Amino acid sequence: MIEVNNIYKTFGENEVLKDINAVFKPGKNNLIIGSSGSGKTTLLKCIVGLHEPTSGEVLYDDVNFTTMHFEGRVPIRKQIGMLFQNSALFDSMTVEENIIFPLNLFTDMAKSEKHDRANFCLERVNLKGTNKLYPSELSGGMKKRVGIARAISMQPKYLFVDEPNSGLDPLTAILIDELISELTEEYQTTTVVVTHDMNSVMGIGDHIIFLHDGQKWWEGSNHEIAHTNNKELNSFVFASKFMKAAREKL
Amino acid sequence: MFHSLGRYILLLRLSFRKPEKFSVYWAEIMREMVSQGIGSLGIIVIISVFIGAVAAIQVAFQLISPYITKTVVGSISRDSTILEFSPTISSLVLAGRVGSSIASQIGTMRVTEQIDALEIMGVNAPGYLISPKIIAGITMIPLLVIISVILGLSGGYVACLLSRDVSPTDYITGLKDGFNPVTVTVCAVKAVSFGFIITSVCSYFGFYTSGGSLEVGQSATKGVVYSCIWILFADLVISSLLL
Repeated sequence: MIEVNNIYKTFGENEVLKDINAVFKPGKNNLIIGSSGSGKTTLLKCIVGLHEPTSGEVLYDDVNFTTMHFEGRVPIRKQIGMLFQNSALFDSMTVEENIIFPLNLFTDMAKSEKHDRANFCLERVNLKGTNKLYPSELSGGMKKRVGIARAISMQPKYLFVDEPNSGLDPLTAILIDELISELTEEYQTTTVVVTHDMNSVMGIGDHIIFLHDGQKWWEGSNHEIAHTNNKELNSFVFASKFMKAAREKL
Repeated sequence: MFHSLGRYILLLRLSFRKPEKFSVYWAEIMREMVSQGIGSLGIIVIISVFIGAVAAIQVAFQLISPYITKTVVGSISRDSTILEFSPTISSLVLAGRVGSSIASQIGTMRVTEQIDALEIMGVNAPGYLISPKIIAGITMIPLLVIISVILGLSGGYVACLLSRDVSPTDYITGLKDGFNPVTVTVCAVKAVSFGFIITSVCSYFGFYTSGGSLEVGQSATKGVVYSCIWILFADLVISSLLL
């Protein structure tokens, strides 16, 4: 479980996050949604420690992550898997080398074990046989899946996903969403997904936090989101004609 | 300026933290050594031979006189090659070749979130990315400078063979005359220092890149320019302290 308590983040004069409080439970797809510039990615980066919050704290299973130094954070970071918006695969490494990279650094597994683990992860994301390819030889959707395979290679307790569907066609986007949801259920990970894709929201949003202007504006599930009276949330969720039409049918 | 210097020193401190796994870092060091050493050999061979030849011709042009022995051409070529041409000019060229590659490689990793990915995994990103480059730089650049000295002096010999002003025998005699081993020490100190400057300064600019591809190019340019300035400054300091 991850707890976010009273997080504030400012960049110079610009206050990006204002008093964010949230609890992300294991085995659930926790979604952070909001329009561009609402502070979604900044919040995610504060949670994983890529940004230091101006004030407030982040607790991983009751352990205060925010006040820890680099060495103290390493044991928690070994339990974190993250898929970045642009996959962030290491260009100079093959798919298999990308997946076994954390295993090389943090485990004493034999070469054959690491190879088996890479194959297992690739099979799990439906990319069997791509071990020797380089990231430049992969499509956007394949890169995302390799990113997920790398993220789960260390069997993470916490899974973070930043804009999993950006730049993908709707079909591939649904496959990625389904994969994230399956992995969350299978490994009981605490999954936090940053997105503004309404298909993801409606498809896998067990627990949703809506950010508006750096503040937590609404919290609920995908079942509740269609019936809310929150003006800002409604204008975000039902921005497209398709969603407006769908609402009218409800 | 003090802010940048502070960040540079802190980055170096982070770079030399205890590695997560020595074998992985060792493999990176070897990869960097091949990239920096073997990869730069061609350009070093070309510039060293030509600079050595030009140095011998120009010294001969200025000093050929009935009152000066012809062997002096070899002596002056030797000292200027060992003390200045090979360490400094080679390093200035390597700042362009190795330095820009380091800054753009690390800069690209920064803007494509690959460094963030390393940090999320719990990897000490400066240690994994920068320390192998610095270690490779302070070992391979001196080796390249040694090769450059040998080829520079050979270039001078070839120039003497082709010209009629100084005979190759005089040139060889001049190379042996009045050799002071301190020049080799100065050359080695310069090469190690310049290797450190090129790799650390360019890594610094690459590591703190923010933005996109345009900024990666700017970081590479800044890395090369600042490396060259620091090389020339260090050249002056080392020469005045050791000679």
